[in-house]
Amino acid sequence: MTKSVYSICGMCTVRCPIRVETENNKVTWIEGNQHLIGGALCAKGSAGPAMIADKERPQQPLIRDGARGSGRWKPVSWPTAYDYIADKLKKIKSEYGPESVVLSSRGGPWQGMYKSFIHAFGSPNYTNHDSTCGRNTHHSSLSLNGVGRKGFVYDIKNAKHLVLFGRNMFSSLRIAENLQTLDMLDNGGKLTYVDVRQTITGLKSTRFFQVRPGTDYALALGMIHEIIRREAYDSDFIDRYVTGFDELCYFVEQYTPAWAAKECGVREKAIKNFVDEVLEDMPKVIFHPGWNLSRYKDSFYAARALHILNILMGNIEQKGGLIIPKGPGDCGKKGINAIDIPKPDIKRGDGVGWKYKHFDKGPGLGHLFFPTMESEDPYPIKAWISMRNDPFSCMPDPKRQEQYFDKCDLLVSIDVHYSEFGWFSDIILPECTYLERDNGICVQKGPKPRFGRRQKALEPENDSKPSWEIFKNLADRLGMEDYFPFNSIEEYWKWQLEPTGYSVKDFEEKGFISLSDEVVMYDPEKLDGQFNTPSGKIEILSQKLDKAGLPSLKEYVSPLRPPKGMFRLVYGRSAVHTHGHTVNNPLLNELMPKNSLWINVKAANKLGIVHGDLVDVTSEDESYTGTVEANVVDYIHSEAVYMVHGFGREISRQTRCLHAGISDQKLMVNKLDDWDQAGGAINLCEVFVIVRRSVRNPKRRVEL
Amino acid sequence: MNKYMIYLNGKRCIGCHGCEVHCKANKNLPVGPQLCEIDHSVMVKIKSVPKTEFTFRSCYHCEEPFCAPICPTNAMIKREDGIVYIDQEKCIGCMACAGACPWTIPQLNPETGKAVKCDYCMDRVDAGLRPACVTKCTTHALKFVIMQEVV
Repeated sequence: MTKSVYSICGMCTVRCPIRVETENNKVTWIEGNQHLIGGALCAKGSAGPAMIADKERPQQPLIRDGARGSGRWKPVSWPTAYDYIADKLKKIKSEYGPESVVLSSRGGPWQGMYKSFIHAFGSPNYTNHDSTCGRNTHHSSLSLNGVGRKGFVYDIKNAKHLVLFGRNMFSSLRIAENLQTLDMLDNGGKLTYVDVRQTITGLKSTRFFQVRPGTDYALALGMIHEIIRREAYDSDFIDRYVTGFDELCYFVEQYTPAWAAKECGVREKAIKNFVDEVLEDMPKVIFHPGWNLSRYKDSFYAARALHILNILMGNIEQKGGLIIPKGPGDCGKKGINAIDIPKPDIKRGDGVGWKYKHFDKGPGLGHLFFPTMESEDPYPIKAWISMRNDPFSCMPDPKRQEQYFDKCDLLVSIDVHYSEFGWFSDIILPECTYLERDNGICVQKGPKPRFGRRQKALEPENDSKPSWEIFKNLADRLGMEDYFPFNSIEEYWKWQLEPTGYSVKDFEEKGFISLSDEVVMYDPEKLDGQFNTPSGKIEILSQKLDKAGLPSLKEYVSPLRPPKGMFRLVYGRSAVHTHGHTVNNPLLNELMPKNSLWINVKAANKLGIVHGDLVDVTSEDESYTGTVEANVVDYIHSEAVYMVHGFGREISRQTRCLHAGISDQKLMVNKLDDWDQAGGAINLCEVFVIVRRSVRNPKRRVEL
Repeated sequence: MNKYMIYLNGKRCIGCHGCEVHCKANKNLPVGPQLCEIDHSVMVKIKSVPKTEFTFRSCYHCEEPFCAPICPTNAMIKREDGIVYIDQEKCIGCMACAGACPWTIPQLNPETGKAVKCDYCMDRVDAGLRPACVTKCTTHALKFVIMQEVV
């Protein structure tokens, strides 16, 4: 019998809306939700069913049956697995206190349950992957606008000019955003792209700045200077909502377009022409403040500068600008019930909130648990539960991380796949794939807010469980059953929807519940109260940063040039992979089985490297080397080499991607401690590597 | 005259290779055969922005296909509307079609031991739908075009 269900994709964390048709528990058709994205889906989305059939994933709970990382596993039943974890957690709790347990997740709309689980257990230590992703952008927006990175959505469709600093959106593939951008371009809009290399996104641009790696901040300062010099900013907006503008004017005086052009390696005239263009199009100009900006030592300030450019444009709550996302309350509707157990009043193990007061306490900063593991100050960290989060894949130097994690008495991995961390852990709990599991109802804020729901299309193929069931069962065994007042997903959904007046039936027609037919906008002249800073204004001079002894307007410091024979390592993603999650998917692996090393043609010539040669890429301290093919290209800066993240995996049960390509994070030796004191994120691009033509290139054929 | 064609709007194509997987997922193909492909030209600077052209290729559904007459079991059939398809019941997997095709379009499905090629998802077309690659194109760059003779 053919069944059709609306759901939410889970191949990456964009979570595009989908519709799935099945017959006899097999997917026969999968597409993007016609009502929201016109059926569009990416390669990863279509490869979802191939993941279900893939037997190179954990198929039942596994307990380690050898040394950590040895890859020896014993299959066990779910009750045995739950008991194993609950017994260990109880023991750790009684010996070291509940706060010695950390839970990390991938973030997203369902994190409330995971966070509540660890809070109910008695630990304040919930964290996520964001210190290797959007933390700098998030904190920069908080310090300036008083709202985080998600405090704005971008009305790209109605914009006239979109400016992207290294945001390679056509490889990250947020489908709705991509459609908006292409529609904007079709309507004659402009796209300016800034990066150290040409990307798919740059191909679609109307202006391309190829900058020296690490100079984004300089280019943004040059742009600010020029707009202020011409007095072309939105002075009404600034008078009404912004403090510290005079100090900004004084600060940027030294950063002329001529200076920025020289620093970035672009033409001064191009910067000035760019400014001409944006001034013509303002306020319908969006400077995207960046996504994954855990890159350079000044990325936090670069993101602040990009937000300042938005402020100069006066584009907040303007059509074609930055829009404040609206929730159910803005539509005169009630929000859903959510499991939200408050954080216990104990110091966080990563120091956020007491040692580092200027950071968002929500998920803290994952990498700062490592020094605590070492020092046991303020207390030891003895267990780490990883919910679909893979510290070894996202943070630098997994070998070093292993030494830290080895101090723990319990390492749990809950994931659909084998993760690098899971492979090292003590127990793997296989979560069902996104097509086989239900998740809680989520609120999707925006100009037209809605409720969304992931609904299973299939019964699980393996002996795997949905996350709500896993946490519910663990909670029951730990005496926390009162915090999770439901026994089935139907009960949970019903409880969530109780205040709203809606029922799950209301999802059936379109897969979501629309809370407003019209775009909900605030009056741009009445935005007081929207900026949650100490002064209630947009603070160019941030009181919060000031208190932390950090400058709000930081002097520009030119990035180091790599020593001879070395390059700055820059990573990114491809449209066909979600980092390490998909590289073993049969259909996606077929498209891109390994990564390569992008290197500038002139730099390659000097090293005697030609396109397709094998090259050895070695960490700065020469302790780790990987070998890949060179992709010799014109359009990458000669100081940088680039690779797609997620490869170089060493999990023997993932045969397709085993040792395929090279891993950037393994080249980042000793870089766990190199993080941004102002933004909190790890400086993932402050890494140099040595590149040599590999001895593995055969000189001649000697075998028969 | 052929009734249909697939058109790629290169301005919207982002080379994400989604179409290739949409096709394989719909036809339930294993690793190996690939019935459509996106390719791109070498980058050249146009108005100081390095640009490339994307191209889409599946099967040309020739007016007079070489693959059809060479088939020893008459499994390769050209329909009235121009779609050239393989009758999977009749195909014996000899791959003579691939040899006859100037572009080696027909490919072996290693799971069934038979030839496969693009048939514009004719089961979908006959049901009033569009081919999988077009329906699910990430950026709505692919169009399924019904051609008309202009007098």
